[in-house]
Amino acid sequence: MLFKLSVKNIIRSIKDYAIYFFTLILGVAIFYVFNAIDSQTVMMNVTKSTKEIIKLMTNMLAGVSVFVSFILGFLIIYASRFLMKRRNKEFGIYLTLGMSKRKISLILFLETLIIGIISLIVGLGLGFILSQFMSILVAGMFEADVERFEFIFSLEASMKCLLYFSIMYLFVIIFNAISVGRCKLIDLLHFNKKSERVKFKNPWLCVIIFIISSIFLGYAYYMVTAGIDTIHNANEIYIPIALGCLSTFFIFWSLSGLLLKIVMAVKNLYYKGLNSFTLRQISSKVNTTVFSMSIICIMLFVTLCVLSSALSIKNSMTKNLNELAPADIQLYRVINLQSSDISDYYTEQMVKNSNLTIMESLKRSGVDIEDDLKDIVTVTVYESSEFTFKDSLGSSFELLQEKHRFVHYDQRENIVRISDYNKLAKLFGKKTYHLNDDEYIVVANLESMSKIRDIPLKQGISIRIFDHVLSPKYKVCQDGFLQMSGNHTNMGFFVVPDHVVKEEYRVSSILTANYKARTKEAKQEFEEKLHFVQDNDQYIIPSSNTRLDIAEACLGLGGMVTFIGLYLGIIFLISSAAILALKELSESSDNKERFKMLRKIGTDEKLINRALFRQIGIFFLMPLILAIIHSIFGIKFCTYFLETFGTKGLLPSIIMTACFIIMIYGGYFLITYFCSKNIIKEK
Amino acid sequence: MEKVLRIEEIEKYYGNKSSLTKAINNLSFEVEKGEFVAIMGASGSGKTTLLNLISTIDKVTSGHIYVGGEDITKLRGNHLNKFRREELGFIFQDFNLLDTLTAYENIALALSIQNVKANQIDERIKEVARELNIQDILNKYPYQMSGGQKQRVASARAIITNPKLVLADEPTGALDSKSAKMLLERFQFLNKELKATILMVTHDAFTASYATRVIFIKDGKVFNEIHRGDDERREFFDKIIDVVTMLGGDLNDAL
Repeated sequence: MLFKLSVKNIIRSIKDYAIYFFTLILGVAIFYVFNAIDSQTVMMNVTKSTKEIIKLMTNMLAGVSVFVSFILGFLIIYASRFLMKRRNKEFGIYLTLGMSKRKISLILFLETLIIGIISLIVGLGLGFILSQFMSILVAGMFEADVERFEFIFSLEASMKCLLYFSIMYLFVIIFNAISVGRCKLIDLLHFNKKSERVKFKNPWLCVIIFIISSIFLGYAYYMVTAGIDTIHNANEIYIPIALGCLSTFFIFWSLSGLLLKIVMAVKNLYYKGLNSFTLRQISSKVNTTVFSMSIICIMLFVTLCVLSSALSIKNSMTKNLNELAPADIQLYRVINLQSSDISDYYTEQMVKNSNLTIMESLKRSGVDIEDDLKDIVTVTVYESSEFTFKDSLGSSFELLQEKHRFVHYDQRENIVRISDYNKLAKLFGKKTYHLNDDEYIVVANLESMSKIRDIPLKQGISIRIFDHVLSPKYKVCQDGFLQMSGNHTNMGFFVVPDHVVKEEYRVSSILTANYKARTKEAKQEFEEKLHFVQDNDQYIIPSSNTRLDIAEACLGLGGMVTFIGLYLGIIFLISSAAILALKELSESSDNKERFKMLRKIGTDEKLINRALFRQIGIFFLMPLILAIIHSIFGIKFCTYFLETFGTKGLLPSIIMTACFIIMIYGGYFLITYFCSKNIIKEK
Repeated sequence: MEKVLRIEEIEKYYGNKSSLTKAINNLSFEVEKGEFVAIMGASGSGKTTLLNLISTIDKVTSGHIYVGGEDITKLRGNHLNKFRREELGFIFQDFNLLDTLTAYENIALALSIQNVKANQIDERIKEVARELNIQDILNKYPYQMSGGQKQRVASARAIITNPKLVLADEPTGALDSKSAKMLLERFQFLNKELKATILMVTHDAFTASYATRVIFIKDGKVFNEIHRGDDERREFFDKIIDVVTMLGGDLNDAL
């Protein structure tokens, strides 16, 4: 009997449940898709190290899933409470008929169970379909060859879905039971009769509050962009965040009053069609939902930043690879060890042999690579305890120390000879330089560092290296690097005339070369050979850094960041859109009366639909617009931190993000509009 | 005299063949321009159905309703809305004011959906507010007003468009007797001075006694009809009570 009642309730209120269902299904599907990536990659032909990266990624995604399940859990409880409120009268009738609260709880339990089972089945089905597309995306991301395409259903991921969502539904049931236990019959029956006292704020107060919060918001924007250098330590970043959150809240608090004030001043606009009605509707709703509006705005802001930054990292990583890893292989080793360096790490033999060339030491260790390489360039790096970062700054040191406390000023600077550097630059396809006997160049590509280094350069500060006084050839750092990497990480080194350096200050040697082999397979084969070089206590084995390794690491990191960004971004987007939709729909019963009245006085259907569309549209747009403004500055801030990855691919990633927003947020908007239209429709 | 409303043999059935309810059963009457007609009947007599049919909220099963010569049973879609906003004025028992708008804006809405210019709106609202004595509450919200004030605002909204016919559904139903009396006096004023044609549905004999004619409905048919003529309101009230008694005490909540 109760089961029948539950089923009938669901079928009858299917329209009210549409958003709830939609959100649940989407939640389950996305949860499944991101947890099933692991099994989607089984059929792909990827290298071992890419497999490891994917493994790491799935582990991280599993961690993120716990966080996501919390968000979804809260969302589901929130949504079910909304639906409960809509049905107060129904419960009131059950209670007057003598049904016990326990039985009502039981009805709700059955309903949640039915909805849960259906949404899980449909969601897993949708997730299964989506995950096939996901495997194409994963393959593209890791540049893997898909040997054969087959549909894969991940039992593990679906069981995980089942477990996580069961727990969420359990919480929903508990919450429902608690709120049924608490409610009073009189409130239930007269819920709709409670006339809403429309509170209107003093418009002048609104204007003042709006201006003040705009100023504070502007200051927060300034702090994270132009004024970012004033932030000395990580804790201070909370100041603009707190300012931003607070001013967001107060902007929404004052916005409706301000908006009303402005539009009311334009009488021809205000008293046109249903404008006055629509505006009042929006303003009363914004007034009652300031808090959720702010939360939604901030969630959207995070979504925008996360999505566009994550996607841009992936884009620029691929781009960087060609620029920052132009040769096939680099071998790096310390040289010129002294007897004082003998330790657990360096044996006496090693120290003795440390002045052998890289090639020679490899050969003696049993691997001859000479025949496999071409375009070999060897660069020797010098450094001295007498020439540190602090020394390089000259008189600007004190000023800079004040500004950037986090920099290690005792770091010894790397020094290379101009002839070595030019050979390397030629191999890398970079600009070569000519130096006079008393000149030096600073080469760097990490922007924040080159900015610091530019200050003394601009002043033309002379430096003292190995008893030679040199002055800068250029007023700014030159773009370049010694060691290949996936991103801009060169904090700067000094290029000096050949005669300046002294052999006793040699510290390391870098060998750069290309392979003679052309195919990827042959290259991989060669690298395998290198990996077989065993550590021994005779020779220091050079560490190798190859283009293929960098590429894989780049793709791996790019992919990982992208997937986590996508996962969180989509979940945030769904949550905020769902909350907005539920808020809007929960008021549709009130709206129903109002629109009915408008019909009675003869308003055209077209006018009514337009008013509804505008009302919902503006309601959805307001947090989005503020979030977009926030994220203009937020993304700028992100790029400051992500600059080592390069930020060139920002525009396409912003376009991608916009597509996601339009699809998900727009989808929710349309569903809300059509559902509301249905609700206010005359029977 | 010009006929504002002509109802010709209308019927309205609810339900299906097995259980048919005749809410309106072959009913005809006419309302002339400048009349103040009250329709009385007990609960279930069909008076609300009749009002819904005239206001085009509901559709007749058969028969015709003419408003100003136009057969409104033939209207469809947006013509219905146009008819409602241009030819009719509504006053409801529960006021039906929009709680988010001020009195002024509520009244303005009736004009703005007819695309009347903002400066004209202001003039006309000031005028109607004076007639209904609501100048002081124009900037108040419905929750700040008494029932009588709300109903006068609703009346202002109904008549501001100069409708051919004002329909009032139990306008005093939610008012205390003092407010009801004040409202009805305003109705009389609108009827006499502004020549507004009013059709009012009520089950209350006191309310009905302000009309110039009372039509009694029972089981979906016209049962009786009395004109006020030159009677004082008090005398007319007694006559109404007589008919109510004759109706069999069905309207025992008449006083």
